[in-house]
Amino acid sequence: MTTSAPEPATSRLKISEDNKPIVMSAGFIVVILAVGTMYTLYTQGTATLLSPEYLLQQLQVGAFLGIVAAGMMLVILLGHIDLSIPWTIAAGAMMATTVGGPMAIPVGLGVGLLVGLVNGLGVAYLRIPSMIFTLGVNAVMRGLMVAHTGGFAPQTAATDLMQYLAVGKILGIPVALLVWAVVSMGVMLLLQRTAVGKSIYAIGNKEAAAYLAGVPTKWVIVSAFCLCGMLAGLSGTLLAGYSTKAYQGMGDAYLLPAIAAVVIGGTHILGGRGRYLGTLIGVILIVLLNSVLSIMQMPESGRQIIYGTVIIVMLLVYGRGRKVTS
Amino acid sequence: MNDLRVRLSQNAALLTAIVVFILFYVFYNMNHPRGFSVAVLIQNSNEVFTLAMVAMAQTVPVLMGGLDLSVGAIMTLVNTIASHLLNGSPMQIAFGMVVSLAAGAACGFVNGCIVVYGRIQPIIATLATGAIFLGLALFLRPSPGGNVDDDLSWAATNDLYEIAATYGFAQNGEAGWFQPISWIPVPLLLLVLVAVLVWLPFARSVTGRTVYAVGSGEGAAYMSGLSIDRAKIAAFTLGGFFAGIGGLYLTLQTSSGNADIPQAGAYTLNSIAAVVIGGTSLLGGVGTAIGSIFGALILRTISFNFRIFEIDPLMQPLFEGTVLLAAVSLGAFRVLRVKNTLELFR
Repeated sequence: MTTSAPEPATSRLKISEDNKPIVMSAGFIVVILAVGTMYTLYTQGTATLLSPEYLLQQLQVGAFLGIVAAGMMLVILLGHIDLSIPWTIAAGAMMATTVGGPMAIPVGLGVGLLVGLVNGLGVAYLRIPSMIFTLGVNAVMRGLMVAHTGGFAPQTAATDLMQYLAVGKILGIPVALLVWAVVSMGVMLLLQRTAVGKSIYAIGNKEAAAYLAGVPTKWVIVSAFCLCGMLAGLSGTLLAGYSTKAYQGMGDAYLLPAIAAVVIGGTHILGGRGRYLGTLIGVILIVLLNSVLSIMQMPESGRQIIYGTVIIVMLLVYGRGRKVTS
Repeated sequence: MNDLRVRLSQNAALLTAIVVFILFYVFYNMNHPRGFSVAVLIQNSNEVFTLAMVAMAQTVPVLMGGLDLSVGAIMTLVNTIASHLLNGSPMQIAFGMVVSLAAGAACGFVNGCIVVYGRIQPIIATLATGAIFLGLALFLRPSPGGNVDDDLSWAATNDLYEIAATYGFAQNGEAGWFQPISWIPVPLLLLVLVAVLVWLPFARSVTGRTVYAVGSGEGAAYMSGLSIDRAKIAAFTLGGFFAGIGGLYLTLQTSSGNADIPQAGAYTLNSIAAVVIGGTSLLGGVGTAIGSIFGALILRTISFNFRIFEIDPLMQPLFEGTVLLAAVSLGAFRVLRVKNTLELFR
């Protein structure tokens, strides 16, 4: 946790332990952009990557991942993980399109909230490791959605409002990006300015200590999982708006990148440490890396290898743990 | 005082898994339209073997207090390697098998080195290496296919009689002494061999005990002078080796290689479920790979039962998911026994 005490002027140039991942990832984003631009300059003679339209378009696509990662970060800060993300996204999208009308978006969010509530209750009250409990919930959600849709892409379409939120623009800025910004502001305020946020860090550091200090640990865990589920539901709703309908497995591509974005951004996978700004940068890094690789027409095999190597190299630079000696 | 009672209570989770499996499997055979037959046993053991291997692969890092999210990826990578190598002369095939298994172990070794020397958390390190292994698998097999020796593929997925008949020993499987064992399915025999010849010696070795010790308390293990680094690398390497056996068998079973990313993910997730159902604690230090074999058997037997009861296929994923969630929720009984709330926070 950072303290609000004013830092002495001499430490300005020093990068604190918490900020190191953020600075390094930001630097790596510049490297990605530079390499990509050199490639396009060489092959097409244009600097497509640096045009504001292109960057805004990439950020619009990144918004879906960014919203999921924001929720995932809350759970990872607790020292838990949410593996039910894929089918929470799909369930949010499918139920939103099924209900339709003005209730579509509240239903999408509500489904996510409900899944998060179940996750939270299982983890906080039944004390089942989140890794395995959310995995089970994911399987149940998949079962429910297969039973609901018959295993096919549902015929129902996204409402106009969902489509507007996903692809619409205000003054040239994609609305999805604005939604992501609002979510980001909310999460940042939650983590830095509220008791719940501080409790999340405390539980991630040492749950027993937080409990003894009077933190309502169960309640905080349940709310963090609820928020994570709700944000996944929101992302699913937007994603359905983006592709005008929901489909099977639409959330599968978001679980691992969300975890990777949070971890690359400097959040400790065992909880207790990490800043939201890092997660934001981590998402942008992954989105830009993906887009540069697709500009280079990298085959899927190469993408996977580069993707894995980047995570390892970034963590080798700043994510090394301490040797346990006592 | 009562040694037997202590031993029973220490292995309660494993015994529960065995009993549950026997109940499920007897139930399945009693309701099978044609009753119990060797043909059904062979088919069942074929379907179980790969998952059982991947579950064993997952157990070793879990015992150490880690988690390996790359077991499915290693299985897939070995599958694609083997689909290129398992043909030609017997020597070439033997070479191909050795290379495949070595590749699996090498993947695990890389995981171990990154965890030990890079000091990155196992879950996130294997998430990354899993992506790399899948990338390599896609590179080796951009589209499904392969050329696998038919005889070997046939012999490895049937009973012992077919091995003898294919390779012409024990008078082509007709010898009198061979009859009592000729019905045994090859995958079942392999499963027992791997458990007895690889897992049990490892679990009883100093390195194996160190893996358990690290899972129970890494600091205490370090202070006791155990070589933690070696145990960690060994745990991941053995995990990779088991996953490699699974991948090799998958190749023989399907006669092809396929860099199927969703399948790799499904195997990884099922392996975690099998480990937990088999009585191994995700916190480390408690459990055994034998339990994970039974965990895998239970998971697969549940699907077998769906098949004969003609449950609406659309409802199957829901049933499977509910059973999985219920099985892992059994661990919640611990909460009821706890007298001091602080004991919960481990």
